[in-house]
Amino acid sequence: MNVFDMTINALHHALKDKKISSFEATGAMLARIESVEPQVHSFITVASEQALTAAGAADQRIASGDCGMLTGIPLAIKDIFLTEGIRTTCGSHILKNFMPPYSATSWEKLQERGAVLLGKLNQDEFAMGSSNESSAFGPCRNPWDTSRIPGGSSGGSAAAIAARQATATLGTDTGGSIRQPASHCGCVGLKPTYGRVSRYGVIAYASSLDQVGPLTRDVADCAVMLEAIAGHDPKDSTSVDTPVPDYSATLALGVKGIKIGLPKEYFIDGLDPDVQTSMQSAIETYRRLGAEFVDISLPHTDYAVATYYLIATAEASSNLARYDGVRFGHRSEQAEGLINMMTKTRSEGFGAEVKRRIMLGTYALSSGYYDAYYVKAQKVRTLIMNDFIRAFADVDVMLTPVAPTPAFKIGEKINDPLQMYLSDIFTIPVNLAGTCAISIPAGFSTDGLPIGLQLIGKPFGEVSILQAAYAFEQATEWHTRKAKI
Amino acid sequence: MNYQPVIGLEVHVQLKTDTKIFCGCSTQFGSEPNSQTCPVCLGLPGALPVLNKKVVEFAIKAGLSTNCSITPRSIFARKNYFYPDLPKGYQISQFEDPICQQGWLDIQVEGAELKRIGITRIHMEEDAGKLVHGDVSGLDDGSGVDLNRACTPLLEVVSEPDLRSSDEAVFYLKKLHQIVTWLGICDGNMEEGSFRCDANVSVMPIGSGTFGTRAEIKNVNSFKFVKQAIEYEIQRQIDLIEDGGTVVQETRLFDPNSGKTRSMRSKEEAHDYRYFPDPDLVPLVIGDDWVERTRQGLPELPEKRRLRFVTELGLPEYDAEVLTASRALAEYFEAGVEAYGNPKLVANWVMGEITRAINDSGTSIENCPVAPSQLADLLKMIDSGTISGKIAKTVFDGMWQSGKAPQAIVEEQGLVQVSDSTHIESIISEIMTANSGQVEEYRGGKEKVFGFFVGQVMKASRGKANPTVVNELLLKMLNG
Repeated sequence: MNVFDMTINALHHALKDKKISSFEATGAMLARIESVEPQVHSFITVASEQALTAAGAADQRIASGDCGMLTGIPLAIKDIFLTEGIRTTCGSHILKNFMPPYSATSWEKLQERGAVLLGKLNQDEFAMGSSNESSAFGPCRNPWDTSRIPGGSSGGSAAAIAARQATATLGTDTGGSIRQPASHCGCVGLKPTYGRVSRYGVIAYASSLDQVGPLTRDVADCAVMLEAIAGHDPKDSTSVDTPVPDYSATLALGVKGIKIGLPKEYFIDGLDPDVQTSMQSAIETYRRLGAEFVDISLPHTDYAVATYYLIATAEASSNLARYDGVRFGHRSEQAEGLINMMTKTRSEGFGAEVKRRIMLGTYALSSGYYDAYYVKAQKVRTLIMNDFIRAFADVDVMLTPVAPTPAFKIGEKINDPLQMYLSDIFTIPVNLAGTCAISIPAGFSTDGLPIGLQLIGKPFGEVSILQAAYAFEQATEWHTRKAKI
Repeated sequence: MNYQPVIGLEVHVQLKTDTKIFCGCSTQFGSEPNSQTCPVCLGLPGALPVLNKKVVEFAIKAGLSTNCSITPRSIFARKNYFYPDLPKGYQISQFEDPICQQGWLDIQVEGAELKRIGITRIHMEEDAGKLVHGDVSGLDDGSGVDLNRACTPLLEVVSEPDLRSSDEAVFYLKKLHQIVTWLGICDGNMEEGSFRCDANVSVMPIGSGTFGTRAEIKNVNSFKFVKQAIEYEIQRQIDLIEDGGTVVQETRLFDPNSGKTRSMRSKEEAHDYRYFPDPDLVPLVIGDDWVERTRQGLPELPEKRRLRFVTELGLPEYDAEVLTASRALAEYFEAGVEAYGNPKLVANWVMGEITRAINDSGTSIENCPVAPSQLADLLKMIDSGTISGKIAKTVFDGMWQSGKAPQAIVEEQGLVQVSDSTHIESIISEIMTANSGQVEEYRGGKEKVFGFFVGQVMKASRGKANPTVVNELLLKMLNG
């Protein structure tokens, strides 16, 4: 078996049994990156030298008998995580040459466990997009069909798994940015409960919605990654101080007798027939495994996308104010005077989608509009949260599609922001409710494109969705298929 | 026509915490530019604020001491605007639901009645950095940003428009200044900007129920300037109205050199700050127990202490007022009373010798080299007759210089009072012999000469003779 095809679990055993060194595994991975990168473009920065140094250090650790699950495992992370000494761009021209002086907590936690960083992954600029087309460094492509988008905003994080350029990756999910690309690229992607993973050192898009999560080849790896990054961080006031369960230990408990909710608002007429078929067959699989299905309703689902685009853009308009050319990042060279410098810097540094969202958000917060837009959106957000609380009184998890269609063509929706925004219609409500959800491979379209299913859990109910996901994975073979690249 | 000024004040109180409000950097004033910064106060991507608990404690103290109610669930908000000294492009402040609301302070302008001034709110916020222009090393004609001050904790205390004159404004300010320094939450240094004030000023015809349009005067940094700025602004608005003009709502800047205010920006140019709750900070929940614990821990406030000095210690109003000018002074005085008794005598010494010595040497009561217990020892030596009241002043000077105990000074300099009548009688005899003319004059009925003899005896004894004994013996011997 090729090193780059391995899961974390498989590679960990190979490392532990000294069948391979981390240095060799990392070298093989870097070679793989080099060979497929021209077709996929998952990476913004490949950090070969640092990776090999870290791999060497990991090998010493392993030699001394300290071989944790992630020791020596070559990973890659979205370019939204600050990495000390490795350029961090967030997919934006404005941070093209930004060298962070500190690292994100989630990455530090992986680093402490001996993980090796291969590089920084492509993404939509400032995580604003569903297709990776807004990256200032050129779009990432779907390894299953390179004429298609990998999804977004963590497109690189999903494509790198599908193209076998990293054993596992980290992404961030604000409105579906882990789950939707995971679904489009046929891998596992988890958005943890808001507050489960520290946001410190993660470049903020929409602070009340952003959450860090793993993308992996299978559910067991996902559990390993989540265990490593979860937990309270004194540097993030919104991270919750609640114990981190041993997710791996409870994976195999099965789904017999659990109640799975099917929210009727997620099974709409416009759903792609292939997606519909995959959902039907998934429901049958779960029935066979002993799960019980309950029809439920999340009545405010229709308002989720509108609500999201008010709250997320409002927060973004403020979060992105710091990119003013004064202290770091791009500064316009043609500018004269202060206001002109800031204006030109931002005009040159930000791409079209980022500008669109800054303007939307600024408008929503402006005096005279604040109550009608921002405050109203917050109220609707509460209603959406209440929908979930009410529905979860009757079920353990919910099953829904991740996206209404499989991956679309590059350029297909780029000039139609509203159509683009609607591709997150099934993922956005979970962020607004602040709860957790996972996307796992659940079939393929007639064109051979991966289709994911989403399992939504209660707040801090990662254990339940991982169990349900694992049971499904054990019963199916979707996750073993590989993109031909 | 006669006009009634209407004034409201917004005071920024810089809190005396060791570290900043949302990060662990030092708040030390005057350090090398940007030496006290980290990803959080530099506003680097990905950095997040974490609230300093001490700031909340200080805010609760300020609120309780100004009769405010403490908001059980208060919210931080972002105030958005672009400026190079504002690293994040927004200031973390409070907008809706500030930590303290609906308080008041009583003020009394000399000769007027007690007046209650409403306090609308007190909220917590972070300060911005500082721009440095021109001739700074490494800066070639450009401007630099020093972010040491960025993220230092401030309280903004907003009064109701209850003030009606510049005097009232200054009295209110002084009272607030006294309270925050008394509580130990602010160093009160106005020159370094630890206590600064914006004044909202308007005028209306006397008897009118409707306030005029107000102008906001920014950043006035001394009590004197507050008075000047408000008086200038009142007159400017009156003149404007009398000349048929109208006051426009605007922000004005006070220029201490000219004593005038000038327009900074109009209402049309005013920022839309787009306040919204900061999603990086959770709502601040303050339980009753926390408020109660803080209330228990509050020091006795100046007003209460002043009253107690009058009612319990029997001090005159004036003394009580002077001795409660600062908490350190009041505490010094009380420690002296505790060690000695006789509050009025201790008061005389604290307001007299000690205040004089402090002023002469430019130090402060906090750094007074004579401890209250040492002052008590000195006073006890007067009572026991070891030294005279006059010599005591010499001993005090010695204590101030050396920090030594009074007993040591008296011994070293041989200042023990002479009460031994044989010794004093021999001095008197010598003086009477040497001044037989004056003795005749006295005996001839010129009693004024008595003072001359007292002076001579004290001089001959180098001030050490016990004045009571001297008086007694002189009377006896001159008349004898």
